[in-house]
Amino acid sequence: MSVLVYTESDGGKFKKIAQEAVSYAKGIADMLGTSVTAVAVHAENVSELGTFGASKVLEVSNDSLKNFNAEAYASVVAEAAKKENAQVVVLTSSINSKFIAPLLAVKLDAGYVPNVVTLPESASPFKVKHSVFSNKAFSHTEIKTNTKIVGLAKNAFGVKEHNTSATTEAFSPEISSGNVEVVSVDKATDKITIADAEIVVSGGRGLKGPENWGMIEELANVLGAATACSKPVSDMGWRPHSEHVGQTGKPVASNLYIAIGISGAIQHLAGINSSKVKVVINNDPEAPFFKAADYGIVGDAFEVVPQLIEKLKEFKSQNA
Amino acid sequence: MKILVCISHVPDTTSKINFTEGDTKFDTNGVQFVINPNDEFGLTRAMWFKEKQGATVHVANVGGPETEPTLRKALAIGADEAIRINTVATDGYSVAKQLANVVKEGGYDLVIGGRESIDYNGGMVPGMIAQLTGANFINTCIGLEVEGNNATAVREMDGGKETLKTTLPLVIGGQKGLVEESDLRIPNMRGIMQARSKPLHVKEAVDISNETASIQFEKPAPKGAVKLVDNVEDLVNLLHNEAKAI
Ligand SMILES: Cc1cc2nc3c(=O)[nH]c(=O)nc-3n(C[C@H](O)[C@H](O)[C@H](O)COP(=O)(O)OP(=O)(O)OC[C@H]3O[C@@H](n4cnc5c(N)ncnc54)[C@H](O)[C@@H]3O)c2cc1C
Ligand SMILES: Nc1ncnc2c1ncn2[C@@H]1O[C@H](COP(=O)(O)O)[C@@H](O)[C@H]1O
Repeated sequence: MSVLVYTESDGGKFKKIAQEAVSYAKGIADMLGTSVTAVAVHAENVSELGTFGASKVLEVSNDSLKNFNAEAYASVVAEAAKKENAQVVVLTSSINSKFIAPLLAVKLDAGYVPNVVTLPESASPFKVKHSVFSNKAFSHTEIKTNTKIVGLAKNAFGVKEHNTSATTEAFSPEISSGNVEVVSVDKATDKITIADAEIVVSGGRGLKGPENWGMIEELANVLGAATACSKPVSDMGWRPHSEHVGQTGKPVASNLYIAIGISGAIQHLAGINSSKVKVVINNDPEAPFFKAADYGIVGDAFEVVPQLIEKLKEFKSQNA
Repeated sequence: MKILVCISHVPDTTSKINFTEGDTKFDTNGVQFVINPNDEFGLTRAMWFKEKQGATVHVANVGGPETEPTLRKALAIGADEAIRINTVATDGYSVAKQLANVVKEGGYDLVIGGRESIDYNGGMVPGMIAQLTGANFINTCIGLEVEGNNATAVREMDGGKETLKTTLPLVIGGQKGLVEESDLRIPNMRGIMQARSKPLHVKEAVDISNETASIQFEKPAPKGAVKLVDNVEDLVNLLHNEAKAI
């Protein structure tokens, strides 16, 4: 018996979502009276996962896993789950985790629930709370199969430290690679991505034109944030499509979301509802976004944003 | 090439979400249902395969009779035939099993589904169909070309995109990028008239158990009122001291 967690890494380093997933797996293991085994593919310093509650780490390295390949990765996690006799498999909400999850569910004949926001409400029956209707509601869902797969929503649980010491074990399962091959990868390595960012600074049509994005990027720079935008902004080509957030764009689950010159249409809010703290800067006090925000300034972005940048620079130099 | 587009019948994006019967059922009162936006992009892409490469396009939904207007809309947009698997769609796995059955019987080369449905947000049905039928699978697909038995696809990933090479049979979980919004089609009068005489097959469900069961729904607690401040200094202080966000 165990709880198995798939831990994602980038260039050998564990992502923060991997640490969060291990912390969460430990929470479930405590409920079930068992321990956590992590699977790590091509990662370094795997024993650090003990800090977050893993008792064992299965280290996997194989040439066929150099590039991400959903079928191959799903087969690795499935073999690990069988070997460890896992009752629960924990995944995250990253694009790659969500790519693996349905394949894994069929391989293990396991019920899968994504976007889970808290620890299970009970272990037997195994009941979890997860967001549905594009974050407009939650469902309490029972997973009835012997093996259960849960996909943890980003930033829902947080990283928790434990003093578990993790043993490591090389693991070389049979890998089925399927027939999907990577031809080329187009990835911006120097920019913080919306998926990884703790803070996201987002601009809307209120900014009038692409030439005014200098201040948005500067604000993002000061905060170490990713930049994003509303849908019309990317439709008009002011910003790349990869920055479009909302129901039809990327979901944002950052700690802080700053919306500048965005009205707060329901489709936009659907994508950013799971961000923790929301700040709105808009010159129209009636803008619907204020109803969904935690903090707001009613004012002209072209005055407020430069002031905010100055203030933050001051704040950073004092708190450095 | 035989294409099946999986169509999820979902509340329009602006719908108010409410529940009835002790918060156990979605309240459809006054709700407008539409083709799931991700599926609409896939359906238009399928139309291009039909027009440029002579593909046959079928659409399928797992649901009760109330989903037929949505399937008729897909026929009006240009699909050749529709299939409704007559059962209440409860969990993603059971929907995938029903659809996998249709895919096997129909011998489809390409199955186009959406990255996720905007109601249950499962993000699981297409991948499960692929695994159940032994087809290749590409998720978050934002570009697809097929030549003979070979396919080239572009998928979105965290922080960028990648180009992939694969073969049919293939299942994709698609989204915007497959086609753009300006490419989406609104059914015209002629399409609507033709749709009336196109086949809409109703199939009985294969008996399959559910792996998960939604017990109860809950709406998020109402948000506290926004704190309005009139200068950036207060904002920075609140974000640091109160929200602990910077
Ligand atoms: C099916 C569907 C899906 C959609 N999906 C998405 C989605 O995923 N994401 C998304 O964002 N939208 C989506 N939309 C579009 C959405 O409905 C809105 O049209 C869009 O979000 C509006 O973008 P905006 O707030 O940038 O622009 P606007 O609505 O034009 O708002 C601009 C705001 O800027 C303010 N402003 C103007 N000047 C200033 C100034 N000087 N200083 C400060 N503020 C200023 C205005 O008061 C206004 O509130 C979707 C729509 C549909 C129908
Ligand atoms: N009841 C259904 N009938 C047909 N297709 C569906 C159904 N539910 C989901 N799908 C397809 O699966 C995709 C992902 O749905 P989901 O796994 O529910 O997020 C949708 O975009 C559809 O293409």
